[in-house]
Amino acid sequence: MNQVIEIKNLSKWFDDFQVLKDINLNVKKGEKIVICGPSGSGKSTLIRCVNRLEVHQEGSVRVNGIELTDNVEVIESTRKVVGMVFQHFNLFPHLTILENLTLAPMWAKKLNKNEALEIANKYLDIVQIADQAHKYPGQLSGGQKQRVAIARSLCLKPEIMLFDEPTSALDPEMVKEVLDVMTKLAEEGMTMICVTHEMGFAKQVADRMVFMDEGKIVEESSPEEFFNNPKSERTKKFLNQILH
Amino acid sequence: MNFLKSEKNREYLWQVLFTLSIIAFFTFILRNTQSALDKQGIASGFSFLSQEAGFEIGESIIDFFSDDTYQLALLSGFLNTVKVAFIGNILALALGFIVGVTSLSDNYLVAKLSKFYVESIRNIPLILQLFFWYSIFTEVFPSVRSALNPIGGVYLSNRGLYLVSFSDHWFFNILPLIGILSVVAFFFFKKRSIKSLERTGVARKIFLPTLLFFILVSFALWLVAGLPRELSWPTLAGFNFEGGVHLSPEFSSLLIGLVLYTSAFNAEIVRAGILSVDHGQWEAASSLGLNKNQTLSLIVIPQALRVAIPPLISQVLNLTKNSSLAVAIGYPDFVSVANTSLNITGQAVELVLLIMLVYLSISLSTSLVMNIYNRSVTLKER
Repeated sequence: MNQVIEIKNLSKWFDDFQVLKDINLNVKKGEKIVICGPSGSGKSTLIRCVNRLEVHQEGSVRVNGIELTDNVEVIESTRKVVGMVFQHFNLFPHLTILENLTLAPMWAKKLNKNEALEIANKYLDIVQIADQAHKYPGQLSGGQKQRVAIARSLCLKPEIMLFDEPTSALDPEMVKEVLDVMTKLAEEGMTMICVTHEMGFAKQVADRMVFMDEGKIVEESSPEEFFNNPKSERTKKFLNQILH
Repeated sequence: MNFLKSEKNREYLWQVLFTLSIIAFFTFILRNTQSALDKQGIASGFSFLSQEAGFEIGESIIDFFSDDTYQLALLSGFLNTVKVAFIGNILALALGFIVGVTSLSDNYLVAKLSKFYVESIRNIPLILQLFFWYSIFTEVFPSVRSALNPIGGVYLSNRGLYLVSFSDHWFFNILPLIGILSVVAFFFFKKRSIKSLERTGVARKIFLPTLLFFILVSFALWLVAGLPRELSWPTLAGFNFEGGVHLSPEFSSLLIGLVLYTSAFNAEIVRAGILSVDHGQWEAASSLGLNKNQTLSLIVIPQALRVAIPPLISQVLNLTKNSSLAVAIGYPDFVSVANTSLNITGQAVELVLLIMLVYLSISLSTSLVMNIYNRSVTLKER
């Protein structure tokens, strides 16, 4: 019973449109899941249900055994153990890099400023961006911004990390520096769910591949099986398209 | 004709022609006015300013009597304009901010009330609102003897608003000065904190030392002043109150009218500013475990204000210029005093010129200060 995320019969609608259809997914502690699928298949919506940026209508989502409801305290405490990295970074442009990192530890975790700074400096070192600490997000490159965003999430010492297409908005030459940070994080045993189309990263890191289409999980298998011997026609077609 | 083929030369030529025509136009007007004035035997020039005004001014910050000069009368009117504009803008910005934020509240009732406030206030002409508030004071409120006394130290009557205040002791008079010094101290502490952050990575506290500075300095001076603690209470004396702070019905209704009217526009600007902040900022903040209020105050509002400041500057200037409607309810602002002077002296050109100059300089200095502030909070992109 070391499932940190349990998603049961999850369904979600945007008005009349059903984006998620009866999703079941369990994630064990330390497991790395890569979710892929065509655009509009509901991958982002699925992981956004895990920290309740999206509210689901049917089924249940449990994080560390606690079910997500509209209880504000549960939501806020869940978000402190579930970090999230966005496609468009969403750094706070009016704060310096250092302030971006210390904000949540100080206000959400009530650490004092020196403790927060210590944590922030540690993670800036890890993502190798310490020399930019006093700059503003607008002064950094895309790859640097995404590394800062990862460090910002890590400052809350989360147990689970969600990545929502973290490299899709980056110039090609900056993808590697972000994937390197994510790989390092995976090697250290972080529980991760990544929505990404970086298949090289998936082969190297994933414990399990999840392929989604039209709001359903079409295929769920180990990377070896997924890439070499996909079961469904839809998966084969998708892989053909993105691997050329 | 190669000269005219250059784009730059053509632009210069147009500008020269335009300038010349403007000069010609104004020379024509000036000469026309001069000859008209000469025919009517009105002396032009500003020499009338040092003559005796001969009229009273309803309320004045400086001492003014009818045997003082026009110069002093105009200064008194100018100070009245600055007074109502200064207090009015602070209140209108604060109220506009509150209404703007609450109009986006999740609470249906609060949000609708804010929207109702904005829609009803901004769609009624300001001058009607001024007449309304003035008539409340003069027609609805009772006479001085039966003045309304909603809470201790506050008296409402058709003579305006009387409030309890600190007594006229020098210590209370320099309190605002200590306040200004504390603001200076705040920026000093802030600079020190940033320096220390850059050098050692540890930010020093800003608010606590500022507060300590204010309390300690005030307390020390309070001790030196011999612990004054008398208050000045408004008391009925004859047909009026004595003591306390007095806000006349004219000033009060002008202030209320200007503040409510401008705050509705300010609220819309603040609301638009908040809506302009990218939705991803809300998501990022809440995914970091910040609650709604923290997200609003730490992330959204600081960014919203950056968008809202330039249009808010316009509203500050609008309130200042709209204060000239004071003339309609008899508050002696600059325009009202200049108008009275004009009626007596007939120096229309000079006085209208003065009015234009005064409003231009108030507006330009306001926007200078606000633009400096605006530049200091602009996001750094490079």
